Amino acid sequence: MSSPLLRVRNLRVEFALRGGQTLRAVDDLSFDVQPGETLGIVGESGCGKSTLARAILRLTPIHSGSLEFDGKRYEQLTPRQMQPTRRAMRLVFQDPLASLNPRWTIRDAVREPLEIFEPAMSRRERDSEVERWLDRVGLGAGYLARYPHELSGGQNQRVSIARALIGGPRLVICDESVSALDVSIQAQILNLLADLQRETGIALLFISHDLSVVRHISRSLLVMYLGRMVEYGAAADTFANPRHPYTRTLLDAVPIADPARERARRLATGPTVGEVKGEAGSTMHSLSGCSYRPRCRSATALCKITTPALQHGVACHHALTPSL
Amino acid sequence: MSREALLSVEDLSVEFKTRRGRVAAVRSVTFELAAGQCLGIVGESGSGKSQTCFAIAGLLPQSARTGGQIRFKGRELLGASRADFDRIRGREIGFIFQDPMTSLTPHRTVGAQLCEMLQHHESISGAAARQRAIEIMDRVQIPDAEARFSMYPFELSGGMRQRVVIATALILRPALVIADEPTTALDVTVQAEVLRTLRAVVAHAGTALILVTHDLGVVAGSCDEVAVMYAGRIVERAATDTLFRDPQHPYTRALLDCRPTLEQEAGSRLQTIEGVPPSPSSMEVPGCEFAARCPVVMPVCTTARPPLTQRRPGHAAACHQEQSA
Repeated sequence: MSSPLLRVRNLRVEFALRGGQTLRAVDDLSFDVQPGETLGIVGESGCGKSTLARAILRLTPIHSGSLEFDGKRYEQLTPRQMQPTRRAMRLVFQDPLASLNPRWTIRDAVREPLEIFEPAMSRRERDSEVERWLDRVGLGAGYLARYPHELSGGQNQRVSIARALIGGPRLVICDESVSALDVSIQAQILNLLADLQRETGIALLFISHDLSVVRHISRSLLVMYLGRMVEYGAAADTFANPRHPYTRTLLDAVPIADPARERARRLATGPTVGEVKGEAGSTMHSLSGCSYRPRCRSATALCKITTPALQHGVACHHALTPSL
Repeated sequence: MSREALLSVEDLSVEFKTRRGRVAAVRSVTFELAAGQCLGIVGESGSGKSQTCFAIAGLLPQSARTGGQIRFKGRELLGASRADFDRIRGREIGFIFQDPMTSLTPHRTVGAQLCEMLQHHESISGAAARQRAIEIMDRVQIPDAEARFSMYPFELSGGMRQRVVIATALILRPALVIADEPTTALDVTVQAEVLRTLRAVVAHAGTALILVTHDLGVVAGSCDEVAVMYAGRIVERAATDTLFRDPQHPYTRALLDCRPTLEQEAGSRLQTIEGVPPSPSSMEVPGCEFAARCPVVMPVCTTARPPLTQRRPGHAAACHQEQSA
């Protein structure tokens, strides 16, 4: 196996709260992203997905653990030393309109990364790169002088993607990047990301609450619950045979766009399809043992005492056996 | 339809005048809804699905110009006065918005907000109102309703807040509830629960429901019938099963195909609809609004608009193409 592009070990991110409490947003996460692959990260709101993205990019301080990019540790680097790594790791946000400067033209927005990362490049070279990238994301030179408010959500997201890919990064983190788009536009953007990945060999870290989208795009999958990883493995295996009760629940809750099959599923699994007891707890009140146990239907006394460690890709004392 | 329509919308149009010209948000929308029936309205942003609902509930801004008819229990709602709507909204038509945080008042307890609804519309004692509020909170499966009665919205999770909003919409037992993307802001597990609750409460009370969503999956499990909207018009309407099994309009087919599912081969290329939906402010075209993106477009499509016509009983589509397999 080739060496990983991104290596995260025992990453922990904490926030201090009033009254001396700490909120552990990311708790002991370890995983790899291989060059050119896509790792999908799923979980409910508040599970720490976005904090994880910010921590990887060093946009939020980490409490402990190590971060390694292309074989080089970077969690301790100064902002100046971080510069080459930042160039290679980019981010595409959820809301393209909010992440683009409204007073900049599309040309300005896409050119900015080059101005930061390629100070030696001439203006002409930069502009021709900008044009090349706009073309590649399907927008063309006609959009250069326009402003974000003149573009649709999907078009602005194409601009954000051009901005994230210009200058040749090796890892792009997509944080709910297609969640705000209409389904027809979502499909266009997902296809575009797949094309660009094939052409440029970038690795993607794809964060989403939408399991269908994540399944479509990911080779590996990491399921998070309240800051911890509960399941981690090949996406195809995990979707076919989820082993953590939480993963099972997430999958069962996805509405199926087919009334006959939706009914069949309800009959097969009883009226409790997708049922979880209650909602995600809070990272603020740490529980003894497994943090999923208040919602888990398989929970036993053991789950109350010992936090299950991740073993063979699943962190559960009562991992479901693959149904073959 | 043998049952008399509870709601009948005929040739509804909603327009706004802006600095940049006329914006036609809803164009010639016609449909009927029987008592106790559940209709899903599906469409992308700007398709006019929310504006249609706002028109029914009298929630359009003053600047909106409307045309057509909206008959509810035999009364004309279009052009009804503000005072009329104050009596109708809440008591006869309940409304559930997408964001439960902005549809509840932050500085009053959820109990107080539920009781206010009752006391505004009925002469009822405080104790009786409290009793009714707790009953409806139980019905929408808010655990420990008694205790949560005195909580503020911020003390509840998103899913619980949306249950409170559902309770508020249903407490006066309206004949019709309109839910505009009620679960879009919620996590998938919570969405499943909230939808289940909404279905159960509505079925129990015999309430008619209009469920507006962009998610065909949500419609599949919840609605008797579906109307698909595109560029301000209904382009297809059918019983839910029929629509999914045998979609007639190319837009409906494309919508069903472009969504990644948990079953299809991962990494396969997604079907897309080329281009973008026309914006509501774009010029009126003589033909079909979908023609520019349609994979099976014909010359006639750009010159004449296809009317919404019956393909078979209970299934209508607005397309020049003959019924396709």
